[in-house]
Amino acid sequence: MDLRFSPEEEAFRTELVEFLGAEVPPEMEADYDGLDLSPEQFEFAGAFDRKLAAKGWLCMHWPKEYGGQAASITRQVVFNEEMGYRRVPSRSSMGINIVGPAIMLYGNEEQKKRYLSAIARGDTEFCQGFSEPNSGSDLASLRTKAVEDGDSYIVNGQKIWSSRAHHASYCWLLARTDPEAPKHKGLTTFAVDMKTPGITVRPIVTVLGSTHFCEIFFDNARVPKDALVGEKNRGWYQAMGTLSFERSGIGRVASSRRALDDLIVYVKQTQRNGIPLSQDPIVRQQLAELQTEIEVARLLCYRVAWMQSKGKVPSYESSMARVFGQELSQKVMRVGMKILGLAGQLLHGVPGAPVNGNVTRGFLSTISNTIRSGTSEIQRNIIAQRGLALPRR
Amino acid sequence: MDFDLNEDQELLKKTAREFLTAECPSRLVREVEKGTGYSRELWEKMAGLGWVGLPVEEDLGGSGAGFLDMCLLVEEIGRALAPVPFISTALCEYALIDGGSAEQKKRLLPRMASGKLIMTPALNDATLSFHPGAIECGAAKKGGGYVIRGAKLLVPYGAIADAYLVATRTGGAGENGITLFIVDRNHKGISVSPVPTIACDARCHVQMESVEVGRESLLGREGDGWPLLKMLLRRGATLTSAEMIGGAQAVLERTVAYVKDRVQFERPVGSFQAVQHKCANMAGACDGARFVTYQAAWLLSENLPCDREVAIAKAWTSDAYTRVCLDSHQAHGAIGFTKEYDLQLYTRRAKAAELAYGDTRHHSEMLADLMGLGVSKSL
Ligand SMILES: Cc1cc2nc3c(=O)[nH]c(=O)nc-3n(C[C@H](O)[C@H](O)[C@H](O)COP(=O)(O)OP(=O)(O)OC[C@H]3O[C@@H](n4cnc5c(N)ncnc54)[C@H](O)[C@@H]3O)c2cc1C
Repeated sequence: MDLRFSPEEEAFRTELVEFLGAEVPPEMEADYDGLDLSPEQFEFAGAFDRKLAAKGWLCMHWPKEYGGQAASITRQVVFNEEMGYRRVPSRSSMGINIVGPAIMLYGNEEQKKRYLSAIARGDTEFCQGFSEPNSGSDLASLRTKAVEDGDSYIVNGQKIWSSRAHHASYCWLLARTDPEAPKHKGLTTFAVDMKTPGITVRPIVTVLGSTHFCEIFFDNARVPKDALVGEKNRGWYQAMGTLSFERSGIGRVASSRRALDDLIVYVKQTQRNGIPLSQDPIVRQQLAELQTEIEVARLLCYRVAWMQSKGKVPSYESSMARVFGQELSQKVMRVGMKILGLAGQLLHGVPGAPVNGNVTRGFLSTISNTIRSGTSEIQRNIIAQRGLALPRR
Repeated sequence: MDFDLNEDQELLKKTAREFLTAECPSRLVREVEKGTGYSRELWEKMAGLGWVGLPVEEDLGGSGAGFLDMCLLVEEIGRALAPVPFISTALCEYALIDGGSAEQKKRLLPRMASGKLIMTPALNDATLSFHPGAIECGAAKKGGGYVIRGAKLLVPYGAIADAYLVATRTGGAGENGITLFIVDRNHKGISVSPVPTIACDARCHVQMESVEVGRESLLGREGDGWPLLKMLLRRGATLTSAEMIGGAQAVLERTVAYVKDRVQFERPVGSFQAVQHKCANMAGACDGARFVTYQAAWLLSENLPCDREVAIAKAWTSDAYTRVCLDSHQAHGAIGFTKEYDLQLYTRRAKAAELAYGDTRHHSEMLADLMGLGVSKSL
């Protein structure tokens, strides 16, 4: 047992922290969940992605042949942890983490050429068109249809909750190509140009008031056959396929740690009833509890990364890390809001808002953390059924 | 980064599991509860296997194993609820290794390693706090030695231990002026009264009326006992966490087995989502506890800074074990509320372990300090 990062990884961490310190001005730091970017931050995110790409860091986990550095899982942990802690806004994560790796595994040479280097440079943005109004947790029930017609597919249907679809150049689409087959066996993945006639995007405003996700309507959108990635009707298995990059959720935990550190600064600077809040025994207990749980979450994530680095495939272990980290992110904000008291209602940008209104925004944005990318109920089902082998019925 | 145990550690765990499964059935645990709270036979067998001597160097009759190895063994002890003064003796062995004179080590460690001399820390005074300021029991110089006056409460295995490691105050306040002594239980002036406790683990109040001891009883330097005691408390918190992760895992496994088997509404109750999610929470509590505990144990093994990690381990694990037990009771229904069913053996010990060597509140307070919130005025 040795729970340290290697000297090389620590050196990389130092280099990265210094780089982020120099290159990310405080006003460009995102909210804790990156769901409330201003137009300036959004611009910055695009430019910064390209800077990271120039350093070789944006897709460091990719194989060298596709412009990556074949970075080890633990090095990725360091990267994701520090990026999360500094709340660096990013626009390319869908392409870098989901679409690129899928194209590497399942795409043809022509697709690899067309997409991979553009994604790796931070030049092309994908959105994910998976969820539908009637297909959320039960994703495989989705109904958006793609029907073969000559050298194309005609797509009809509706996607919803697609993050940043209004900015994306492509949609990573999961659509039904065989309505007769069992529900998991009739789905196919496509890389669809968002400029295709018949596609309409309608942004949806979040609880925060931000424009983050969208509806996408497909009305007889004609998609060329070469947009199909991988094998027809194997889309579900491709989408769920094991991904060999770090996916423990450590970035979110690091963001929670940052929120805690912001709160620590606040309680040291703030007097209430004549004593600093940091001397209030209840506040001390609450913050220590958060610190403890953040450490638990961190180690649960490290376990997932360690399994991956040993070539093992995490199953319930990643659900455990996720559900713990997701719920903890909410708890940090709940506790934070209680500590801020009456001033906690001041919004981000309002002069005098404690912690710059970030905890207030976080209180709202973290609501989504137990919903997006697998609700905590679904994660617990996985832990119980896969991890503990409890019967489905 | 490497979470793996090495081959020797895996083997130690496996051997301990097999041995304790055979030698420490719940029948034994129950019998012992009615008596002294301790099984001499089991203790002697464990000493015979060399386990009691694990921390002690080879020249003095031990095997000089690392602290992580100790924690792995204690994890199995926690799983089996083995009624033996293992943590107590180990903590005293470590204290002697850290701070004992050559003469003390030679005199005491071989006997401790072989299980013939059981020693237990006697730390708590009237306030029952683990903070250094709580140590009141006085020791004053007299002739060439000292005279100790005071009471130590809730001493683990106090009635069956052969000697106590007593924390006293020879002056000063807080961390200053703490002095440690090793005192025989049969020493003149000592009286021991067992107190019934939730875990039936033979805790005692130890009354010391003018106990006169010689210089050879002093452990370390007069007035400078805090670093030794602090180290003991770190190890105590971590070993207790190890005990708890063993117990918690056993409770989780038992619960999962039960809910798979128990049928209501023509299906296993474990197929109900409300039950599944409870089990998922228990699993998260157990795995989280294991990693924070291993982290603290590994840091201690490597002599790396560990105050933060030890506080986190004990703070989390203390809450987690009790929570796991209470969730397990719910998942079991009425059967889990009976004395006959073994779950209660764990629940009562979970509570005792939660309180030993600092509860969640205590360690959270230490952590708050380490987080830069300043030392609390309330201490
Ligand atoms: C901020 C945000 C960004 C998103 N971005 C994207 C994106 O880019 N692309 C995309 O495709 N999707 C995206 N999503 C959608 C996300 O994947 C879905 O919200 C998620 O899969 C849950 O689906 P749902 O919202 O329809 O909830 P539902 O599935 O309807 O669930 C409602 C409730 O029922 C519970 N439930 C459902 N099934 C079960 C079950 N079997 N057992 C127990 N409880 C159950 C759920 O846990 C939940 O509490 C995003 C969502 C959010 C909030």
